Amino acid sequence: MASSLRREDVAKVAKLARLTLSEAELDEFTAQLGQVLEHANDIAALDLEGVVATAHPFGLINVVRADERRASLARDDVLAMAPDTQDGRFAVPRIMGEAP
Amino acid sequence: MTLRDGWEMVIGLEVHTELKTSTKMFCGCANEFGSEPNTNVCPVCLGLPGSLPVLNVRAVDLAMAIGFALHSTIGFSTFHRKNYFYPDMPKDFQISQYDLPINSGGYLDLPDGSRVTIERAHLEEDTGKSTHLGGSGRIHGADRSLVDYNRSGVPLVEIVSGPDIRSSAQARGYASELRGILIATGASDGRMEEGSMRIDANVSVRRPGDPLGTRCEIKNLNSLRSLHRAIDYEAARQVELVEGGAKVRQETRHWDEHLGETSTMRTKEEAEDYRYFREPDLVDLVPDTAWQERIRAGLGAMPAERRATLLARLTDPTPSQLDALEVVVDLGFDDLVLAAIDAGVEAPLALARAANELAAAIDDIANLTQDAFIATLTMEQGGELSATQAKTVLLELLAHAGDPRAIAAAKGFEQLSSDSLGETVAALITQYPDEWARFRDGDEKLAQFFIGQVMKLTKGQANGKAVIAELQSRR
Repeated sequence: MASSLRREDVAKVAKLARLTLSEAELDEFTAQLGQVLEHANDIAALDLEGVVATAHPFGLINVVRADERRASLARDDVLAMAPDTQDGRFAVPRIMGEAP
Repeated sequence: MTLRDGWEMVIGLEVHTELKTSTKMFCGCANEFGSEPNTNVCPVCLGLPGSLPVLNVRAVDLAMAIGFALHSTIGFSTFHRKNYFYPDMPKDFQISQYDLPINSGGYLDLPDGSRVTIERAHLEEDTGKSTHLGGSGRIHGADRSLVDYNRSGVPLVEIVSGPDIRSSAQARGYASELRGILIATGASDGRMEEGSMRIDANVSVRRPGDPLGTRCEIKNLNSLRSLHRAIDYEAARQVELVEGGAKVRQETRHWDEHLGETSTMRTKEEAEDYRYFREPDLVDLVPDTAWQERIRAGLGAMPAERRATLLARLTDPTPSQLDALEVVVDLGFDDLVLAAIDAGVEAPLALARAANELAAAIDDIANLTQDAFIATLTMEQGGELSATQAKTVLLELLAHAGDPRAIAAAKGFEQLSSDSLGETVAALITQYPDEWARFRDGDEKLAQFFIGQVMKLTKGQANGKAVIAELQSRR
């Protein structure tokens, strides 16, 4: 794949990640991320016919736990971490939309 | 409802079902409906820094059970992060499956004979529950929102159908049959009113034979009735738009049960970019053959097969008996009914008592033993109890358990012996000589008259067949 990361791609990713970038930062990160993506080209250039994709650096599969209960946290401790609470719940600013 | 001539609906459903595990998907907090808010939470399901998810094996078992029931291919699967900013997920992402779901493909056959394909049935975690305060109390106009994370991390399977459904009735039939399967596999309790099963409907309209139209997704339908109504409304709205020369805009819509309308929730312009990427804290899930076989071997019969088994025991079933049969299988009472039939109870009687009296007290069903059910119905069939009395005994059994004979005796039901029935009938013959004469002359309709009078005098405690026998013996 050709590294053709555009400035507007970086702006879009930043927006999705709720990051505010200055114009100078956009230039800087477009260049940096472009280099990272170019590295992927080295791999894309290899003949990988028949090679299974590496999904995880560990060779482990099927790591599971038994369906057994463990103690939860005390609610007072949990809510003490929040800036605002009401009726045993976390209080957050008005939500404009609905969850995706 | 059917659409205006020349139009057809195209519907695909996404059904989310909470899995009936003891704990959440990635931590040991209780998976429990109705707990005090934020009492079943820990660093993992609150997304606290440094916490790590570990997959619940039972969630995998149940997901595979669903896969087998839907004839899916079970295979190599991975977990992804679905990133979005919304307070119901404290991590700012939801762990889900993306390109490699645990169950791929499959189908579901409906009682009406149609087949709906299944695209996938994947594992994911549920979100927390938000309550919106202020304004109308609904999402729009709320001043602030309160969040309870008890549901955050509860295991879900999302079952995605192909766009094969062509009417709201078929959609309802699909959801209902799927619900039966989820209950039969033990994956879910199917309680839509508690949010255990929630449905999103993708709806579009087209002229038959045309390519697919632009679809709208209606979110979070939480009853079969809402599903049915929302689809009808939405399809009619789209037909009206297109016939009026406008275009359907692809968007997510909200169903308002009270207004009976869908409305725009958000358009799809910027959405749908969840920047999925592999969840680095979870390894691949590759259920081997032995694991898969263990799950397959543990599966009982699915609703379609159970309906067929029960149907085979009915002779010339009436429409209401067929309805009762569906209810009985739906509620899982078919084994009880079959046992009663095997014990000599007439099938229609067993079916009726299960579909009515038992269904009405489903939460107490654990109190009723198979033996007590059979004993009560046998007494009713043999004339020891009237229908009304048998129902009363069943209700008592359901409420407090116990021995049906003892309950009948305690309620004085057995006192209406043939002696007292004989006295009652004799008194009525004296009181209504003309009616008695006509009955004696062969007017069988008068039997009903006398049964009615006996029932009135005995407050329903007499047995209809016993009354007829008594009348015949005096004819």
